Amino acid sequence: MMNATPSDRKSSTLSRRQFLATAGGITITITAYGLAPSMGLSQKEGKRKAEDKQLTVWVRLEPNGQLTIYNPAAEMGQGSMTALPVILAEELDADWSKVRIENAPIEPDVYGLDRGDHKIMLTVGSWSVKGYFNSLRQAGAQARYVLLNSVANHWQVPLSELKTDAGLVTHQKSGRQVSYGEITSFIKIPASIPEIPEEQLKRPDQFRLIGSVLPRYDIPAKVDGSALFAMDVQVPGMLYGVIERGTIHGSQPTLQNEQAIRSLEGIVELVMLEYGVGIVATSLEKALNAKKRIKIQWSEDVKAVGHSSQEAFALYEKMANEDQSGEILTEKGNVSESLKTAAKTYSADYKNDYVYHAQMEPLNAIASVAADGMSAEIWAGTQAPGSVADTIAEALQIDPSRVTFHQHFLGGGLGRRSNHDYIIEAARLSKAVSKPVKVLWTREDDLRYGMYRPMSLQRLQASVDASGSLTGLSHCVVGDGGGLLTSGANNEFYAIPHQHLEVRAVENGIRLKHWRAVGHGPNKFAIESFIDEIATGQGIDPYAFRRTLMKESPRALQTLEKAAEMAQWNTPPKEGRARGIAFGERSGSLCTGICEISLDREKGKIRVHHFWSAVDAGIVVQPDNVVAQMEGGILMGMSSVLSESITINQGKVQQSNFHDYPLLRITDIPERIDIAMIPSEEPPQGIGEASLPVVAGAIANAFAALTGKRLRHLPFTPDRVLEALKG
Amino acid sequence: MPTFSLKINGQNQTVDTEPQTPLLWVIREHLGLMGTKFGCGISQCGACTVHVDGHAMKACSLPVSAMANGQEIITIEGLSEDGSHPLQKAWIKAQVPQCGYCQSGQIMQAATLLNTNPNPTREEILDHMRGNLCRCGTYMRILVAIQEAAKASQGQTLNND
Repeated sequence: MMNATPSDRKSSTLSRRQFLATAGGITITITAYGLAPSMGLSQKEGKRKAEDKQLTVWVRLEPNGQLTIYNPAAEMGQGSMTALPVILAEELDADWSKVRIENAPIEPDVYGLDRGDHKIMLTVGSWSVKGYFNSLRQAGAQARYVLLNSVANHWQVPLSELKTDAGLVTHQKSGRQVSYGEITSFIKIPASIPEIPEEQLKRPDQFRLIGSVLPRYDIPAKVDGSALFAMDVQVPGMLYGVIERGTIHGSQPTLQNEQAIRSLEGIVELVMLEYGVGIVATSLEKALNAKKRIKIQWSEDVKAVGHSSQEAFALYEKMANEDQSGEILTEKGNVSESLKTAAKTYSADYKNDYVYHAQMEPLNAIASVAADGMSAEIWAGTQAPGSVADTIAEALQIDPSRVTFHQHFLGGGLGRRSNHDYIIEAARLSKAVSKPVKVLWTREDDLRYGMYRPMSLQRLQASVDASGSLTGLSHCVVGDGGGLLTSGANNEFYAIPHQHLEVRAVENGIRLKHWRAVGHGPNKFAIESFIDEIATGQGIDPYAFRRTLMKESPRALQTLEKAAEMAQWNTPPKEGRARGIAFGERSGSLCTGICEISLDREKGKIRVHHFWSAVDAGIVVQPDNVVAQMEGGILMGMSSVLSESITINQGKVQQSNFHDYPLLRITDIPERIDIAMIPSEEPPQGIGEASLPVVAGAIANAFAALTGKRLRHLPFTPDRVLEALKG
Repeated sequence: MPTFSLKINGQNQTVDTEPQTPLLWVIREHLGLMGTKFGCGISQCGACTVHVDGHAMKACSLPVSAMANGQEIITIEGLSEDGSHPLQKAWIKAQVPQCGYCQSGQIMQAATLLNTNPNPTREEILDHMRGNLCRCGTYMRILVAIQEAAKASQGQTLNND
């Protein structure tokens, strides 16, 4: 059963579930071979052979010692494809040079991340390493048990006398040893595998792989062009689909020139969607040519038409002024009382524009819906592989067992690819023509019909008592987006006795989504700027002020002190430069960032010369990858802070591509980025979003230190910088 | 539909398409060379960078009809036979890629710098690479990898084209 077809998926899934139920844990039936997707990683995949042994649902072993470990997470650049198998390989005591990694079958019940009452295959919130750490250690220990158990039986020695070391089982008393690969010749997979007690797992000081610098598994295929993204898949008989969408979210199309478009060469079908017109053609260039010529009247009786982003800030401000409070999320102590009785109060508003994901691979997917409409095969890169079958089944009104999904590398996820809209489109267009269709979003589609990090206004108020202590902090977020607005608005690492957090909600009709670090970007910008404003107002050094606030949070304080030490905070920067500091927690990781900037006062251009960051991410599985994620978060943070802005005028998205939505270019990188990881034996935390939230505050605070002026509106474009300088 | 003869990675290829079809779609969808990526379609991101007679160019903005005059077109698949170009080695050593989508274009762009300037300064590298976007933020490592590759070539130009 080498090829998974829609019909065999369900039966094998069921048989495995039944098997798991009876075996009480971990092992596998041969049917799983057909399910492990061989596509999606590289064009240079290995083949499976009959003599290969499946040790558990997670691990396959070949006679030559080659191990294949399944990766259950989407690989979108964050590196968990390597980090997760490292965790398993550690307990298995594998020889890492003999490890091959494949995407796990899409079976959330088996490979999903444990969310208490259910398991999901969803890669979001930087939770993969954190969420899989315990279960993959257990999986590695269980695979090791399978090997030890077989050797103990084969040699007739107690299992407890066996030891392992990097791919070898040894029995010291008899001086015998056997390699993992050799065990395949006599291996017996037990009917059930016991749960290995925690105390039998390695202690952190015994780690050989975790914490060592191992090259990422996916990188070789990403330097020779062989890594397969969904965009790169071609299916025999495939057609191409593009969709003309409006520039107003929610607007509905009426096609004006259907006959003219249908008569163009190579046009196979036009598919009317609620929000656009799909064009299916025999080639991509023909589809795009038709897209250029299509004439559509767009409805204007939609919510978004009433929304102009830059004017909306006035409304947001008015809402912040109202006495009536919004939804209260945190109420600790009594902030209104602390404000009334304060020796000194502070107040400031911070704003942020919409930002767009701009993942480098525009959205795309391939679907092949059978002629009878009752089954579908999908190729895509998604952060949510576990829900593709259900989503497509619902869209096509078929049984989920009839959907086969092939996961691919993601050319960036950043939160955008946990929504299946682009996969549904491929299914709908394919169904319309009963042929495989590759749906491709142009960059303009991807940007204009994007799902943005919401704009917001944040009003912060603080009370300081006669001794200079920060006693109360009130934080009011105004905007659209619900939970997208408020992540990161709590201050659990600052000892502030009175705290209040609320959201005042509006609806703008704009598509919104999680964007790397979600609300932490805007919220940490506001909070960390405000903390600096208060420190400055009190005449206290911002670093010293934060040290006092962190008196009850030793781990957070350690990142603060480490970053200050790295940046030599107590020494003056060069002439014309200034430093700024900010702290933030995200996905369990604690991070302090410090930057040193200079300013072109004529052009209004901020230059970041140096960025230092100290992070406490618990146990670090892949240290070099943690550094890479920290660097990437800082640079993406700089990009969003210095230049990125989506503006909307009467519902119309004003930008369209990278010429008017500029991303950070290599010419604007700092001279150095230095990252320190605080040594820890605490459980690992998320690292993919840890550094981004501190960037805005660090830059704004450096700017204030340099100029005495505050930047309170993201992004800090040259126009806004010049305006702030004049103010 | 007109036919065009192209020379890609040393091989002669014939495609039937409209004269204005971007070289990018020809390389990817007609010829199946998928290492060259689509990012923006307007020469802003560099994901589609290929070599045309030794010059780094954006395949999204080159009509196929202008590329059928015997020009030598090289894609990432043709940069080296086995991923052993000094830049590819340096890219692995520096662990540059994250999502990896832009990296073919980055490497192809970098290769033309080292072909003509074996010892580029930091500024020269940054200026040369300015047209290639990376959303993951791998720029620090791109710089390191190019510097490493330059060092490894010991002052010799890399002329694999």
